[in-house]
Amino acid sequence: MDGSICMDFGPYLLLASLEGAVQAAVLALTAVGLSLVFGVMRVVNVAHGEFFMLGAVLAWWISNMLTGSPLFGFLAALIFAPLIVAGLAAVADRLILKRLSYDPEATIVATIGLLYIIQQGALTLFGPDARPVAAPFDFRVSFPWFGYSGYKIFVILACVLVLLGVWALLTRTRIGLIMRATQFDRETAQAFGIPVARVYTGVFAFGAMLAAVAAVLIVPTQQAYYLMGLDPLLLSFIVVIIGGLGSLKGTVLAAAVIGLSDGIITIFFDPTLAKILSTILVAMILVFRPTGLFGTATR
Amino acid sequence: MKGLISKSLGLHLGLIALLLLLHFILPDYHHVSLARIMVLAVYALGFNLLFGYTGLLSLGHALFFAAGLYGAGLSMQFFQWTAGPGFVFGLFCAIAVATLIGMLALRTVGVSFMIVTMMFAQVGYLLILYYNEYTRGDEGFVILRELRMLGPLDLSAEGTRYLVALALLAAAILIKLALVRSPTGRILVAIRENEERTRMLGYDPFRYKLMAMVISGGFAGAAGAAYGILFGYVGASFASIQYSILPLLYVLMGGAGVVLGPLLGTIAMFYLIDIASGLTSAYLFFVGLALVLLILVAPKGVLGTIRDRWVPWLP
Repeated sequence: MDGSICMDFGPYLLLASLEGAVQAAVLALTAVGLSLVFGVMRVVNVAHGEFFMLGAVLAWWISNMLTGSPLFGFLAALIFAPLIVAGLAAVADRLILKRLSYDPEATIVATIGLLYIIQQGALTLFGPDARPVAAPFDFRVSFPWFGYSGYKIFVILACVLVLLGVWALLTRTRIGLIMRATQFDRETAQAFGIPVARVYTGVFAFGAMLAAVAAVLIVPTQQAYYLMGLDPLLLSFIVVIIGGLGSLKGTVLAAAVIGLSDGIITIFFDPTLAKILSTILVAMILVFRPTGLFGTATR
Repeated sequence: MKGLISKSLGLHLGLIALLLLLHFILPDYHHVSLARIMVLAVYALGFNLLFGYTGLLSLGHALFFAAGLYGAGLSMQFFQWTAGPGFVFGLFCAIAVATLIGMLALRTVGVSFMIVTMMFAQVGYLLILYYNEYTRGDEGFVILRELRMLGPLDLSAEGTRYLVALALLAAAILIKLALVRSPTGRILVAIRENEERTRMLGYDPFRYKLMAMVISGGFAGAAGAAYGILFGYVGASFASIQYSILPLLYVLMGGAGVVLGPLLGTIAMFYLIDIASGLTSAYLFFVGLALVLLILVAPKGVLGTIRDRWVPWLP
């Protein structure tokens, strides 16, 4: 084989790790949204992947509406798509989840319904085709062995920034304190005058928004498609479970491990077999260690 | 009490007789639809035993349906078995799978139980795709017409097919009626209402929950095997998440914890989807809408609401 194409193992591993890091960063952002909603509200949001999909589809729509430089369209999408998704999630919370008093089983059924409604709504309004979204800028970082998309490195950095922001919000602000108080003990929080209903709506909208941000960031390297929500949903489930239901630190750690190892596993195994093995593994973790690998027992 | 028993038994036998009568008067299209509905209703009846009576929400019942379907389909395909042995083997596969999954998944409760059952079902679906050399994956395979024989009966003929489906449904209804009226059935309801109190009364909830899971999986497997044999097609889509959601939808529609709820729900949802898919390709939109509205407005379903208001003796 030609020497310039055939790389050594070291650079090859670097490339695989970079790809893995992009996936891990986006996955962490999506999964933290799911984990927050579960942690604070005890709601398993099966429609979380559809909020991700909506973010991507709206990014396509917004950047196509605005003619001009791709950077301008991208920035507009990065601001407005998550806001629209958050608004929709807040409406869904008020109209559906709140009326079910956040009963865990009833909300699962309702969010399954929501999944079908959003997915089919996107199919009807957006159509069955996958559509590309232009990256806001186009430069390549050149390593000695290969060039790598500068945008993907930007995605990693942006995700890390947003995650740091979420962490600061939760631990350093009054809003975070209120959220943690509600998570810890809903009744006492209510008794101390915390508007629990509004906190729930806010958390649900915020969780959906994080999924949408992740989708807007990653969609220029993929394509917007109405069925693209299923994979992030299943992966987020896996990450949230392994990280411990409701534990943010564990979620981010698990996303890093799974995102990074995913690239490597798919080199050695058939992708379907890899999925089978990881699904069995996660199910077994849930059966034998219900609080996850990093979680502590919840009240 | 005696009058009550005969009243509810009369209602169920009367319904079976009505379905038999429909065999002679229904136009072709609805005749075929109703045969399909009756088989799917057996699936939903089994789901209701677990969800409506025992209070366990499984999101992976397609695994048991598919175990029956593939158990029957593959054994007939590879060993040239006819419908009888194929059905029994499919039922056996489903019961075996349900026992194994039950022993694992019943260690968890609530939300974890739903996610674990969903994940095991996903594993089953992926395994079918992975071994596509035998299962032909998404494309599926057709069970040969000459194998779909039960003794002298040709199960691919429309009339026989309807009557066999009806016989299966009748058996399922009567078994379930007997079960939920037996002391065992009452223990299942007790577990649904308060598991700790049931344990305190000296019953082992795990044992009863496992039993409910195995019987429920058996119903699903019987429905799956019958579906494959009667309609002649085996495919991976029957193992997908959507087929785990369908019985939940049927049961919610008709009424959880009512013996006839799943049958009514299956008829209603089948025709709702049938009509909606004639109007738009996005018929799943209506499935989603139905789920949300049902859980919001009538979480007890049609028959559950009727029982609360007017007919308290409905089993």
